[in-house]
Amino acid sequence: MSLRGRDIVSIHDLSRDEITALLASARKMVRAAEGGRAPATLAGKIVAMAFFEPSTRTRLSFESAVQRLGGSCLTIADAGATSLRKGESLYDTIRMLSSYADAIVLRHPNEGSARLAARASDRPVINAGDGAGQHPTQTLLDLATIQERFGTLSGLKVVLLGDLKYGRTVHSLAHALAEFGSEIVLSSPPSLRLPEEHRAELQHRGAKLREEPDLPKAVREADVLYVTRIQKERFPDEGEYREVVGSYRIDAPLLAAAKPRLIVMHPLPRAGEIAAEVDATPHAAYFRQAFLAVPVRMALLSALLGPAGRGR
Amino acid sequence: MRELKITPIRNGTVIDHIGNGLALDVLKILGVRELDRDSTVSVALHVRSGKLGWKDIVKVEGVELSPRAVNAIALIAPTATISIIRDYRVREKRAVDLPARIVGVLRCPNPNCISNQPEPLESEFEVAARRPTVLVCAFCERRVTDFVRHLA
Repeated sequence: MSLRGRDIVSIHDLSRDEITALLASARKMVRAAEGGRAPATLAGKIVAMAFFEPSTRTRLSFESAVQRLGGSCLTIADAGATSLRKGESLYDTIRMLSSYADAIVLRHPNEGSARLAARASDRPVINAGDGAGQHPTQTLLDLATIQERFGTLSGLKVVLLGDLKYGRTVHSLAHALAEFGSEIVLSSPPSLRLPEEHRAELQHRGAKLREEPDLPKAVREADVLYVTRIQKERFPDEGEYREVVGSYRIDAPLLAAAKPRLIVMHPLPRAGEIAAEVDATPHAAYFRQAFLAVPVRMALLSALLGPAGRGR
Repeated sequence: MRELKITPIRNGTVIDHIGNGLALDVLKILGVRELDRDSTVSVALHVRSGKLGWKDIVKVEGVELSPRAVNAIALIAPTATISIIRDYRVREKRAVDLPARIVGVLRCPNPNCISNQPEPLESEFEVAARRPTVLVCAFCERRVTDFVRHLA
């Protein structure tokens, strides 16, 4: 099993064994991501950061990962400054970029753009979010966070809270958790329930899945509480957005009845879903989660670009 | 005297065993308005069929279907058979067969899909299930089950 040269467009591009190997490799990268000695697996390599949509965390953590491993970055951080504005197709832009860099990390507002980029590029393409579509490295770092805390990804009760309809991170996380055998508890406003096709797919794969609209009850039973932000830009209509914004909030009183080992996760940025007072509790795992983006992306870049047989 | 409901054609295509009520959708695929003006199109709706109970039939004079049109017919009328007629005789007859990939026939129903943007690509779907047919966009992974509305 080698990931060398592969495109990572969707979490489904990785087998369960490949995910397990990447997470193990990421654990070994934690010290290096904190500033310790890092293997120079990307020495002499250039990774293009093609970001056609705003992003802070994802782009900076990828850049940090590349630089920790001795590589360098070419960055498009403002789509307005590229030829796309002159009407150049994404296909042509990626074709060109693939001749300047050894791999391309793409964030783009259109679903399916990363699949198109993978066809245009003869270098590996990593999808860093295509519209409301896939964001596989987010799923990997979510799994890394759960595994770091619990030492396992199976047998846990994971509550997915909030926007389960448009939130891309929860869809791929739910699929991965089902694969590893954790129980998934869905808690969302009625209008933001998990779409039927995802529900059917999860059940088809034998996922342990149930709904618990009663948030305090869901929190009491949970090992992991994964909170999502309600993303205004994903809603087709403003009225639907206004109806649900602010409909859930995690604060200290709500967590008082939680299991001591419960962790609260969030892909960030948060917009009021988690009160600041939660930061000081042992439950808060979202900043650790944001940090783990770096070793996880180091592990993935090493596997795609590093010397053969290493970085896994 | 037996009345002929549809007269034989000299050259062209007969699409038979179309599921009852689907002939108008088949016509939509064929793009009747774009067909040669001299070609006659005959449609029989609700015809007795030993195999299907009831069926529809479409005959198009002077036209042999493109592979794209055959793929599209396979999508909406999977029971159809297609006969190519030359000089009043059936030269070729086959059941429609849905290929594993459908290229350039449908638009992705997801307006935000990259395949609906001005990019140098054709729409592309993989067949995720048969009977009933479910397609998945090769780019954005959107599932499609309603094909007539999304013909390209």
